[in-house]
Amino acid sequence: MAVKGAGRGPGAYKPVSMSSKEYQAFAKAREPSRSIWTNCLKAFLVGGIICTIGQGVTQFFITVFNMSSRDAGNPTVAVMILLAVILTSMGVYDKIAQWAGAGSAVPVTGFANSMCSAAIEHRAEGLVLGVGANMFKLAGSVIVFGVVAAFVVGIVYWLFGIGAWHDVTG
Amino acid sequence: MMLQGKRSWVFEQPPVIIATGTVVGPDEGQGPLAADFDLVHPDMEIGQPTWEKSEKVLMEQATEIALQHAKLPQDKLNFFVGGDLMNQIISTTFAVRQLEAPYIGVFGACSTSMESLAVASLLVSTGAAEYVMAGTCSHNCTVEKQFRYPTEYGSQKPPTAQYTVTGAGASILARSGDGPIVTAATIGKIMDLGIKDPFNMGAAMAPAAVDTIQGHFQETGRDPGYYDLIVTGDLAGVGHPLASEMLQRNGVPMDRTTFNDCGLMIYDVEKQKVQAGGSGCACSAVVAYGHLLKRIRRGDLKRILVVATGALLSPLSYQQGESIPCVAHAVAIEAGNPGQGGANG
Repeated sequence: MAVKGAGRGPGAYKPVSMSSKEYQAFAKAREPSRSIWTNCLKAFLVGGIICTIGQGVTQFFITVFNMSSRDAGNPTVAVMILLAVILTSMGVYDKIAQWAGAGSAVPVTGFANSMCSAAIEHRAEGLVLGVGANMFKLAGSVIVFGVVAAFVVGIVYWLFGIGAWHDVTG
Repeated sequence: MMLQGKRSWVFEQPPVIIATGTVVGPDEGQGPLAADFDLVHPDMEIGQPTWEKSEKVLMEQATEIALQHAKLPQDKLNFFVGGDLMNQIISTTFAVRQLEAPYIGVFGACSTSMESLAVASLLVSTGAAEYVMAGTCSHNCTVEKQFRYPTEYGSQKPPTAQYTVTGAGASILARSGDGPIVTAATIGKIMDLGIKDPFNMGAAMAPAAVDTIQGHFQETGRDPGYYDLIVTGDLAGVGHPLASEMLQRNGVPMDRTTFNDCGLMIYDVEKQKVQAGGSGCACSAVVAYGHLLKRIRRGDLKRILVVATGALLSPLSYQQGESIPCVAHAVAIEAGNPGQGGANG
């Protein structure tokens, strides 16, 4: 600050001398805050709405097509995926997601959006090298870690025999 | 002496920016500077089947408009200097095929606008060329596709993220003529203070801007008060206050000038959903060539310093945990001397 008014010639200013550590702390302290609670609330609301719509679709298959609640599961997922793909293709899903955050990413609709958006984006590079090779660009890791997690849970299930109730109620 | 200090050029024969061409997309067309751009497209596709082709068309149109404004046949161009954000700078390369001008491709990420203008100015000033075009372009969707996620993928962007400008800017420099002149340029060095978040490039680039601004003043002997306006390229809402504070801490009297940022000027940051503000090669290019040069020609501004900032990351480098190296190049543009030369052919 002492050089105010000097303003001329080499050596008049202090050089940028912050260390990486100092600068990162400096920048971090001035970063706009991310409202975690608001985001959680929005995610809860939108995630809840998506699940409620899904429940409505299930109910529709149960009452109209006389399906059991278990049989209604698969067509429900198909309808939700279709809805997500339509909203993605219309360019709406990403706008919902900017507001909803995890609320629109976690349900099956988010998974559909990740595949559909990649497929649309890479259509320009052809069906094989574009769509085929890139469709699972984002969804691939969900599948990989889903399978790994299922494997671990399966081992726990096999070792301890917990969850046997599933056979009774299933 | 043209070289001052280690990295500043003060042009004894200041090249004249005889014409510019600016083209933007729909979001920029809804921003506060819309009236200053030569062509505003109502949609992002611009009638093209791929985003990459759309970006190329933006660059083509900017070069065509600049040539029309200069009333210059394209075979008079000695060189084209430019680049963009795409891998292997394809947008610019493909766009200038039709120009048939000898081509110098440059890459400085979003600092390419002033990097190309500085190189073009040097060529003209030293007599290495009569007419040189400098240009750059960016497209929101090509950048999303290459650096982030598919454009329709639903991911929530943090408030530190920036919105890539869709547009292109080109300028034609000549040894004489009517128009604003380029009086000096300072080339930036790579600054990397360890920021790794690709959604916070403003914070990553701020030290580069500070280093180049200070270097410019020290080497040219100029003072912030010499300029009516100093703009950074795309530090936006997060990076620009950081740069201001660092300059203040280092004792640079920025209160003697107006200090702004192209990324904050191009959009209505409060109303438009652009997070911290604009970014991209086209951000500083269209604001400088469209808005600021018009203000100089109107007599509104006399001397400006444009400090274009670039984050030189690649998707590969940040996935491998590397930090973001950044650079900033400064170019001083001033109102031309009316007696300097006649109308140019």
